[in-house]
Amino acid sequence: MINREGLFYTKEHEWLAIDGDVATVGITEYAAEKLGDVVYVDLPKVGTQTTYMKICGEIESTKSVGELYAPVDGEVVAVNETVASNPELINHDAFGAGWLIKIRFTELPTLLSHDEYAALTNEG
Amino acid sequence: MNDAQALKTTPLFEEHVALGAAFTDFGGWNMPVRYTSDLAEHAAVREAAGIFDISHMAEFFFEGPGAAAFLDHALVGVASEINLGRAKYSLIVNEQGGIIDDLIVYRFTDERFLIIANAGNHQAVWVALNERAAGFDVKLDDATSRYALIAVQGPRAVEVLKTLTTAPLDDLKYYSIFEGEFNGVHAFFARTGYTGEDGFELLVKNADAVATWRAILEAGSSVGLIPAGYACRDTLRLEAGMPLYGNELGLHTTPFDAGFARVVRIDHDFVGSSALANKAGDTPDRKLVALVGEGRRAARAHYELFESEAAEQPIGEITTGALSPTLGYPIAMAYVDSVHSDLGTTVWADVRGSRQPMQISSLPFYKRAK
Repeated sequence: MINREGLFYTKEHEWLAIDGDVATVGITEYAAEKLGDVVYVDLPKVGTQTTYMKICGEIESTKSVGELYAPVDGEVVAVNETVASNPELINHDAFGAGWLIKIRFTELPTLLSHDEYAALTNEG
Repeated sequence: MNDAQALKTTPLFEEHVALGAAFTDFGGWNMPVRYTSDLAEHAAVREAAGIFDISHMAEFFFEGPGAAAFLDHALVGVASEINLGRAKYSLIVNEQGGIIDDLIVYRFTDERFLIIANAGNHQAVWVALNERAAGFDVKLDDATSRYALIAVQGPRAVEVLKTLTTAPLDDLKYYSIFEGEFNGVHAFFARTGYTGEDGFELLVKNADAVATWRAILEAGSSVGLIPAGYACRDTLRLEAGMPLYGNELGLHTTPFDAGFARVVRIDHDFVGSSALANKAGDTPDRKLVALVGEGRRAARAHYELFESEAAEQPIGEITTGALSPTLGYPIAMAYVDSVHSDLGTTVWADVRGSRQPMQISSLPFYKRAK
């Protein structure tokens, strides 16, 4: 069970778990709920260079399309192939089995803390 | 949620809140978009049953010796030919033949009718009907704020409803209406819907709405009936090939563009009949078509369509599109130039920068087993 309070967040509703110079990235439960049932994900390939806040993937629900914004500058080092074939994992376990990609980053930008993200999503 | 306060709510709003619904603005109303899962709700309606709050829709009653003649004048169809107790899908158009709304006309007696129209067009339809009533002996009653409308749809819907009424539901054909008692209160039973499944739409007084809703939920829980929101209502109606005003229909579409020549009775006099008579024999510039794709990436509303993978000039636009939950592949409705609208034609949808082939197919995408 991941400790959500120890994660970093972005305004685009991504979460990051930092381990050394690798960030595991997913979308938050809040974002997954807003999207509805996810039916398709389009993720970058391993080796893709990412640029902070540039779109690097798509998450589609029956109702709409959500964009995945790269939360850091870096290189994709792993992709969750299980979530690509079972996109409903994003709804069932956004902070766990529903992780999307791992990025090896050069430098961390300013990210939101758990409390800051909670404040953002509570205002509606 | 400050914006939500400006939205209207139905008598069932607190029920939706208690059920944990997420909400969305639908035609100025704060309506439940989903309770748990779009896909689970969609599947429940296809396999068992779902209950929808559609109380935001407009209900207008018409009574008087001139009611039938008035509706003949106001709508593209001939209401005076509807058999007692039956219903008909129709359109109200302006003088130019543009669609103001699509609606269902229900007939109780020689002199008494009901129209159920879209929430977003409530005012436009009400104003047009009042204008058109001049000179007819008919009383118009906007009952929207006094009634709740509850749709129960799915293969098990009728069986669930039968446990709460002695009304002869089995004898009521598709597109008919019956006035009777349901769970101890007065109700109108309309065997119509917007999902492609069998079922009823129940019109009850506001004060009876909560008890009716709860009774149906309880009676249906053992067969898998669940509350269903607007997200699945949209994918259900798309699979059933039913248009949505604002997507497939609008003031700049005529009934012929939308493939509704069969509901227009050009042989009678109505508001818009001369404009439509002029167009009746012609091929419209564009036609509403059904599209079927491959893979799991849906082409959605407003995406452009092209003749080939490289063509630069669009030949059409998607009006509604989704990955069909029942079929598992992308489906869409779209307007395309008539010259490209033949069945089987391959067109290319621009899905956020990449072109995907889709084939022109026929509506509906999904048809229930009889």
